[in-house]
Amino acid sequence: MSFSPDDVTRLARLARIDVADDEARDVRDKLDAIFGLIDALQSIDTAGIEPMAHAQDVMMPLRDDVVTAENRRELYQAQAPAVADGLYLVPKVLE
Amino acid sequence: MTIGELARALRARETSSVELVQETLARIAASQAINAFITVDADGALAQARAADSALARGDAEPLTGIPIAHKDVFMTAGLRTTCASRMLEHFVAPYDAHVVAKLREAGTVLVGKTNMDEFAMGSSSETSYFGPVRNPWSAQCVPGGSSGGSAAAVAAGLVPATTGTDTGGSIRQPAALTGICGIKPTYGVCSRYGLIAFASSLDTPGAFARTAEDCALLLAAMAGHDARDATSLDRPAEDYRRLLAAASATRPLEGLRIGLPREYFASGIEREVIAAVEAAIAELRALGATAVDVDLPMVKHAVPVYYVIAPAEASSNLSRFDGVRYGHRAAQYRDLTEMYCRTRAEGFGAEVKRRILVGTYVLSHGYYDAYYLQAQKVRRLIAQDFARAFERCDIVVGPTAPTCAFAIGAKTNDPVQMYLNDIFTIAANLTGMPAMSIPCGFTPDRLPIGLQIQGNYFDEARMLNVAHRYQQVTGWHLQSPSPASGGEGRGEGLSP
Repeated sequence: MSFSPDDVTRLARLARIDVADDEARDVRDKLDAIFGLIDALQSIDTAGIEPMAHAQDVMMPLRDDVVTAENRRELYQAQAPAVADGLYLVPKVLE
Repeated sequence: MTIGELARALRARETSSVELVQETLARIAASQAINAFITVDADGALAQARAADSALARGDAEPLTGIPIAHKDVFMTAGLRTTCASRMLEHFVAPYDAHVVAKLREAGTVLVGKTNMDEFAMGSSSETSYFGPVRNPWSAQCVPGGSSGGSAAAVAAGLVPATTGTDTGGSIRQPAALTGICGIKPTYGVCSRYGLIAFASSLDTPGAFARTAEDCALLLAAMAGHDARDATSLDRPAEDYRRLLAAASATRPLEGLRIGLPREYFASGIEREVIAAVEAAIAELRALGATAVDVDLPMVKHAVPVYYVIAPAEASSNLSRFDGVRYGHRAAQYRDLTEMYCRTRAEGFGAEVKRRILVGTYVLSHGYYDAYYLQAQKVRRLIAQDFARAFERCDIVVGPTAPTCAFAIGAKTNDPVQMYLNDIFTIAANLTGMPAMSIPCGFTPDRLPIGLQIQGNYFDEARMLNVAHRYQQVTGWHLQSPSPASGGEGRGEGLSP
């Protein structure tokens, strides 16, 4: 398959990554090359094959329903770009 | 020196952990051209070394007590900068230890620093690091492989006797091969992923680098173990991975061992010197008593495309957490929340990481999920079935670890597909979750190392390690070192072990 400039814009939007105009061409070429590799999968007969999501087909373990995590808010928030009063700050999303 | 030799010297009081750490720090400082380290923690290491020396003096020491090691900078280390070689986490200080980091601390190791790598472990050359490329200690013009290239280079250059790494598609085995050391990826689930910054969760596997199979066994024993904080961590009895190594050396110690040789691993496109070295290693294993059987892995040729659907899909999901809100880089200029996300991620991630996120976003997107992601998972099962059949006929599978020796820095940076094909032999073990390791088995005429891959069935690490150990008892490739402080400038002695 080959990507159109619009495909790249849409994908970049979905991935929440700005792709500058001067990068778009290179990104498109490389995505085309990568999908040239990946598209070989389409021709393989997988009728009746169960998808393999994980190396070990084990059940997700259940643990007791008790509190295990301690409150480490201050330690974690010390890493944040912007906090106030114990809250993470982001640009206003509601007027 | 090996861990075993250092541990003996520590117990005999010929040296102390503090002395070892001081020497290590001096070597690291003298080898900055290799760029193996992102962060060095001299004060922390000396404090840990003093504690280790006290334990040794009390006679309260474990096999790894006082041994200086380094962790790949993908593992969280409490109080120490953990960057994943990304601008996104340039100033991130880990609030807690990864499980394997904690286990190795408890085992008495001394953490001297964090090693350089491909950004977010995405790469096969350690060139995509925000902190600059790692250089191969055997040749400064060449890459050390990747993504755990700093960890591999640090051991190959003799800076530390052991390091940790992670292997998602070959990121331990391929750099081990390209730097002439041992690297082991255990069975998926044997080592906890807790505190490992996630790339592709169904494939990411912690493991270790060292000079000998015996050292790898020691490290793995310390790193393995159940951890409820990783839902995929397996609850199994503790295992002594050295248990087969101790047996006395018979003339034919591998008598009865069946080694599987997949035709697909000796096909065209592999460097002639690599094939020659691997065939010589197989002859050596047969001389030790093993018998060779041909096995077929017809689906393995699809491993690279399967991987480059599944790994980016999981990465696009895992890396969505880097949004400039809770930690890491945040763009300086933005008008609203969406623009903050988009700019933060455009600035914080390098080109290869962005590419993989875009690929992953595409293969998971509406209308393409079945054709790509689900189809890749089905082929993943077909590959696992190939190996299940092969292991009915043999005990281990051997072949080259990588199709070439170390290549020149910059040679493949503009061609992602050529870069991805480095992992053609290593990816299958991640897709199946089976254990695999790489050990040195020779050199090219330019004196670049060649690696032999040994793959085992699930939980067969001890057997794999024993095969590697018996090979190392009769060969000397693992004892070769690049000339000191060369950063690859010089050349070693002769070609024979």
